[in-house]
Amino acid sequence: MIGKRKLSHRLYTYLILLFLYAPIFVLIVFSFNSTKSRTVWSGFTLDWYRQLLQDKEILRSLYNTLAVSFLSAAVATVVGTFTAVGFFSMKKRIRAPLLYVNNIPLINADIITGVGMCLLFVSLGSFLKFKLGFGTLLIAHITFNIPYVILSVLPKLYQLDENLVDAAKDLGCTWFRAFRKVIIPEILPGIINGAMIAFTMSIDDFVISYFTAGSRVMTLSMKIFSMTRKRVSPKINALSTLLFVAVLLMLIIVNLREIKQDDKNKKQIKKMKEIIK
Amino acid sequence: MTNRRRFLAVPYIVWMAVFVIAPIVLIAVYAFASRDGAFTLSNFSAMGTYLSVFSRSFLLAIISTVVCLILGYPLAVIFAHETSRMQKIMIMLIMLPMWMNFLLRTYAWMSILESNGLLNRALAFLHIPPLNIINTPAAVIIGMVYNFLPFMVLPIYSVVVKIDRSLVEAAQDLGGSPAAVFRRVTFPLSLPGVLSGITMVFVPAVSTFVISQLLGGGKEMLLGDLIEMQFLGTAYNPQLGSAISLVMMIVVMIFMYFMNKFGEGEDKAVLM
Amino acid sequence: MAKELIRLSGCTMAFDGEVVLNNIELSINDKEFLTLLGPSGCGKTTTLRIIGGFQKPTSGDVFFDGVRINDVPPHKRSVNTVFQKYALFTHLDVFENVAFGLRMLKPALSKGEISARVLEMLEIVSLKGFERREVISLSGGQQQRVAIARALVLRPKVLLLDEPLGALDLRLRKDMQNELKRIQQAMDITFIYVTHDQEEALAMSDTVVVMDGGVIQQIGTPEDIYNEPKNAFVADFIGESNIVDGIMKQDGVVEIFGREFKCLDAGFEPNEPVDVVIRPEDVDIVATKDGMLTGTVTNVTFKGMQYDIIVDFKGFKWLIQTTDISPAGAKIGIHIEPDGIHIMKKSDYSGMFGDYSSYSAEYDDLEDASLEPEEETAGDYDE
Repeated sequence: MIGKRKLSHRLYTYLILLFLYAPIFVLIVFSFNSTKSRTVWSGFTLDWYRQLLQDKEILRSLYNTLAVSFLSAAVATVVGTFTAVGFFSMKKRIRAPLLYVNNIPLINADIITGVGMCLLFVSLGSFLKFKLGFGTLLIAHITFNIPYVILSVLPKLYQLDENLVDAAKDLGCTWFRAFRKVIIPEILPGIINGAMIAFTMSIDDFVISYFTAGSRVMTLSMKIFSMTRKRVSPKINALSTLLFVAVLLMLIIVNLREIKQDDKNKKQIKKMKEIIK
Repeated sequence: MTNRRRFLAVPYIVWMAVFVIAPIVLIAVYAFASRDGAFTLSNFSAMGTYLSVFSRSFLLAIISTVVCLILGYPLAVIFAHETSRMQKIMIMLIMLPMWMNFLLRTYAWMSILESNGLLNRALAFLHIPPLNIINTPAAVIIGMVYNFLPFMVLPIYSVVVKIDRSLVEAAQDLGGSPAAVFRRVTFPLSLPGVLSGITMVFVPAVSTFVISQLLGGGKEMLLGDLIEMQFLGTAYNPQLGSAISLVMMIVVMIFMYFMNKFGEGEDKAVLM
Repeated sequence: MAKELIRLSGCTMAFDGEVVLNNIELSINDKEFLTLLGPSGCGKTTTLRIIGGFQKPTSGDVFFDGVRINDVPPHKRSVNTVFQKYALFTHLDVFENVAFGLRMLKPALSKGEISARVLEMLEIVSLKGFERREVISLSGGQQQRVAIARALVLRPKVLLLDEPLGALDLRLRKDMQNELKRIQQAMDITFIYVTHDQEEALAMSDTVVVMDGGVIQQIGTPEDIYNEPKNAFVADFIGESNIVDGIMKQDGVVEIFGREFKCLDAGFEPNEPVDVVIRPEDVDIVATKDGMLTGTVTNVTFKGMQYDIIVDFKGFKWLIQTTDISPAGAKIGIHIEPDGIHIMKKSDYSGMFGDYSSYSAEYDDLEDASLEPEEETAGDYDE
């Protein structure tokens, strides 16, 4: 009885995973297709990969995406961490409305954030004589990234022992030193998590970039969108296959390490128990 | 008692005022302005023509959200009952596709659903008559469900996994049948996750313009398409676009307000 | 021998207009084990934080070795603190936690010296061999020892301990009480200890300071405090007591429930209303005909060493501890020796406790409604 139930659970899980991975599988397979067709298999080739490395426009858009993601995640991480400490030190009745505003970019539909920023940049631009471009794109990304960093750092601050800073001061630190030597290392997991989410959100974003980058700068998503209006070259399939494999490898490495660490900890606990006995 | 650490937040508060609050104010200002800058309500009256777009957007978003809930809830519960290592792997498998560009994943559905696409080829192979899915609302719904399903599964999972097993066992001990235990214990306890899942699916679904353009073939115009057209498309009219955005934002806000009223602690479930 | 080390002179502390410490006068001797004892919100932690330098008194002065130190920040005082819940640095291992303060010293110590001092300290707190362990993998008692070692490694003249045993279970607490006493004697320094547990205070201290409502109620040795409580609050907070209204007839004679009892106290006005404190163990049960008072047993609880029985005297319930069995419903007489009757002047606390009441039980309920200051003030010494 239990076995049967387990089986149906597995089956259901596999069906959903099939649904999620079928298009990715199709993408990857057709990156090796020798013709441009996206439905008919006509033989194996690595030609698209070769062509990809020579396509300046695609590489340029990839570069833009990576640059804006790295920069915006870095700025958001620093600003978000300091802001979280600031928010944490405030009285609740001041902090609550600020956190509400902080959440607006997360709750709002991307298109609203994009349209609003587009209006802002165009209005400011006509005053201050600038045009939409990499700068406005970067500002937009920083703006929607900071809330993620704040939301992942704040809980770590709440978890801190309230006497931690006092303890460090008691042992000879000034406040700033206590912050650097104790607070930052203690909340580091939250900071790293926030940075990762920010980076991922930037890489993945299309809608907000689309409204704030103008016509001169293109991110990878924008490049792909412009191509879908005609026909997507299998070069893009090749590129996304490469990206997918890179992410997959990264995740596998991280997880293997975690699993190893887990086993190590378990061994240590076992040892401890033996010693206690 | 002054505490100087709180001033660390000041730069970002200024930043929020300029880049979060000001854009929303600008949308509201534009919505009430005519092309030459005078106050007008004509943008809102002009929206009457697009009533069908509003209703179609909300209908498709609601259907997609319901489908996501029906597909995602059992999955989240199944995950929550796996061993912790298995849970990690499964969550990873759900998140992994999100790392692939979503335009590409949606585009891949075109190759699958096309009239002579992979699905119909497979059906033909099995001697089943072909389905006409591409460029229909069904294709748009498939695209939405495909893209937003993880946003439903993850918040529900993160709530269900924290439900104390002993609560369920206590309910069984008190004579609850599996169905009664689910209806009276598991489901009410998982409600915060369900609510945040619903908002996380509904908001992007109601405002998308990519999915409808790629899979709906532009025939099924949605709110997102309408707004995009007014700003970057052929129908350039940012005042009308702002008015539509404003209305959409308000409707979504009302929707979320009722959602939040419905279940407390919703915000806790958003970020795992 | 008893040389004064720390003096609080007229210290008052107010947060947002709410007074949490009211004109505290306290002198602490060198090498003394002094305990600040009182319920939550009595001001004991605030007093400790003033001595540690984490808070400045609103008015009044703090002297250390005769020097005013109101404006000296915590890291420049030769005082270190063991915090409630320990406040260990979880990103560092045991060795690095203990070495933290040493690494802050200027001029810098050599690696060898740091290592030697850390290891020496770990040995004193019986944590030899734990140097490279993660602090989160330690038990509560072990974490406690790390916190003590971390504070003591800087060789302070005074160690402040803020409810350090609160998170431990009963047996560990008893062990750690002995351990703390041993460490204090080994290091030969002053310990200032904050607790709400009266047993702990009586067992460990040279001097006990009982506080309530931001005011010092009594200072004395554990014996003084237990045997000669100054007012109804102290009597009820320390140990268990029956507190009843009485009238002082003349020196050595007090009237309770209309009957006169002999006592040892003197110096009251004739017919002055007073509080009479009678410890449960000072009451002897006798036959009804021999009793100074007679009452009915309403409840009996077996406590291992003795029975706790509740006796009803015309509607007033007393707690009596006895080794004789008297079943519920029995009529009994009681006898109290003159030295078992403690007379004290009426105070704010008179009548607060009414019938037999166990103070600790009442205050445990109030634990959450803490009046202690919020964390908000932690940034006073930002630099």
